[in-house]
Amino acid sequence: MAEIKKATGLMDWLDQRLAVNGFIKVMMSEYWIPKNINFLWAMGVVLMSLFMILIVSGIFLLMYYKPDIKLAFDSVNYTIMQEVEYGWLWRHMHGVAASVIFLVIYIHMFTGIYYGSYKKGREMIWLTGMALFGIFSAEAFSGYMLPWGQMSYWAAQVITNLFGGIPFIGEALVIWIRGDFLVADATLTRFFMLHVLLLPLVILLLIAVHFYALRFPHVNNQDSEEFDFDKEAKKYLEGRKKESKVVPFWPVFLSKDFFVVGIALTVFFYLVCFHYDFAMDPINFEPANNMKTPAHIYPEWYFLWSYEVLRGFFFDIGGIAAMDIGLAAFGFANVIFMLLPFLDRNTMHTAPAHKRPMFFVWFWLLLIDMIVLTVYGKLPPTGANAWVGFGATIVFLVLFVLLPIITKIEAKNEGAES
Amino acid sequence: MRELKILVVVLFFTAVVYWGVEPFAHSQMHPHVAPADFSFKDLGHTVGKGDFIKGEELVQANCVACHSVKSVGIQSAMSESDASLAYGVVPPDLSNAGLLYDPAFLSAFLKNPAKAMLVEHKFDQTRTFPMPSYDWMSEDEISSILAFFHSIVKPVSDKALYEEACGRCHDMKYDKTMSHSDKAALTAYMGTLPPDLSIMIRAKSDEYLSTFINNPQKQLAGTSMPRVGLTEKAQNQVISYMEKVGDRKKAEREDLGYKLIAYMVLFTLLAFAWKVKIWREVH
Repeated sequence: MAEIKKATGLMDWLDQRLAVNGFIKVMMSEYWIPKNINFLWAMGVVLMSLFMILIVSGIFLLMYYKPDIKLAFDSVNYTIMQEVEYGWLWRHMHGVAASVIFLVIYIHMFTGIYYGSYKKGREMIWLTGMALFGIFSAEAFSGYMLPWGQMSYWAAQVITNLFGGIPFIGEALVIWIRGDFLVADATLTRFFMLHVLLLPLVILLLIAVHFYALRFPHVNNQDSEEFDFDKEAKKYLEGRKKESKVVPFWPVFLSKDFFVVGIALTVFFYLVCFHYDFAMDPINFEPANNMKTPAHIYPEWYFLWSYEVLRGFFFDIGGIAAMDIGLAAFGFANVIFMLLPFLDRNTMHTAPAHKRPMFFVWFWLLLIDMIVLTVYGKLPPTGANAWVGFGATIVFLVLFVLLPIITKIEAKNEGAES
Repeated sequence: MRELKILVVVLFFTAVVYWGVEPFAHSQMHPHVAPADFSFKDLGHTVGKGDFIKGEELVQANCVACHSVKSVGIQSAMSESDASLAYGVVPPDLSNAGLLYDPAFLSAFLKNPAKAMLVEHKFDQTRTFPMPSYDWMSEDEISSILAFFHSIVKPVSDKALYEEACGRCHDMKYDKTMSHSDKAALTAYMGTLPPDLSIMIRAKSDEYLSTFINNPQKQLAGTSMPRVGLTEKAQNQVISYMEKVGDRKKAEREDLGYKLIAYMVLFTLLAFAWKVKIWREVH
């Protein structure tokens, strides 16, 4: 046992028992971040802030929400929105944060792709990040069901139905997921459990692993420059702060993040109070009615690109049903980003996209294609729309087939130069 | 400078996505319809100057077997539940008919109710509209009835107006106001139970509500909901009541919105000052 002396103060008392000084150093004041970064590096902390808002507002909502198909709609739209003091505020914050967090996730993700922060030692950061994306998607989907509005019900009906396309086990799987032959009370209760317990637990765990995965390869910088962190940290600690290429997480890195978080939350509260329809679809303010199919069924905006990949194939090809090809393409779209570090065959060289000419073109094509998929994922899939969706789906698939080829050529050219 | 350039790129693509999935997609899914027509031009009716004393006699002779006119002491001949079972929906009290309904609409309505309400598709030889057509009446007689209704109107609250215009079929659960018609009879008559309107104000856009109430067929072709023929003022009172019930925290939300934004702006300015101070040491 350590030798315990009479404490000189609260911090010392804690330090003798919990080694808080060492812990603060490791986690904050001597956790080194590159200095050569821009505001895109603040997205992690913005995400963390939004996630905290989701947890806190979610806890408040949980006090009044009732997971029962007879009570759910009124518990949200009457009890929470009208009866409980500021209940509307927590609900609007929860709904808007859930939508906005996906925008920031996409920015965070495309930043990682642009600066090559997914490879050469940073694979685990990417993999845990994409796992977070997957679980967040499930979290968003299960949460959308809870108010039991028209789109809660019909989106759940359509999306759970997708699993029916899986060969052999499909039909049984759909019933197993729903807990009933149709989306019903059993479905709502189990999605409620997923939304408020299991998935948040997994997210918290994954966030911890995601942060931990950053420690060894370190945070990337905007020139993807590789340098000796220990040497730069030493410079900083010796007082040569201007010369050092690193800054400590606290207070230097976070001081900038707080500023970015401030801007993000200013916009956030504007959206919460004045412009929330994009996140809280008006159609979901009509109670679920299994006798009345809405004219247009569509998922929330952040799922639209993969939804469009799913319905992009609208005709049978070579005897295979359109629906099955779509489902296969959908499966492909949902795992392919995970594999990015392994599809990039120029594994030993990290550089921002503007220093990788072919990859640069690939990056912007991917971004534009995903935006086209997103927009057409919402439009009715008729006439020319269906063909644009089909074209954009093909481009998406081809881009990922091309990635290993162009990165291989890139590696070869670089090899020839050096 | 580089950060600014990056910011412009991020904002640009965010704006494109927003535009695509919100205004653009909605314009494709819900095509615009002609604005509400409060003069009911399609009916081609004009109203002459009638004699309200003659109008009262006509109302006594033709209307009160089914309708009440409570403001002048005429009670219903049947109880609400009996009337509902007989007609599907409780016939309206006519005390405020001169206030609620546009005169040109009302005169066309008296001559052929189903046609004016745009619900002819629901009725045929075997199933007729509960109210008979008064197409045998002269223009002068119709004008006189209208003059009578006009002579007895008094201003009514938004809620009372809603109850007369919409509340015979629709519930407003969140204001504990339920339709007086028998649910089963109403369902049989309308083909489906008319929806509760408690938070319809959040479910539909202003444009949708204004054109839909004015002419349901425009937004929902084939619907069994009748065109009610409300004047513009009466329709605005209905919508105002719907907002009071369905979005009752609106004022609080907007007031708090400014405060939250002001708080975050202050936070951002302080954070910026702190950031500049801290980074001066390392740059």
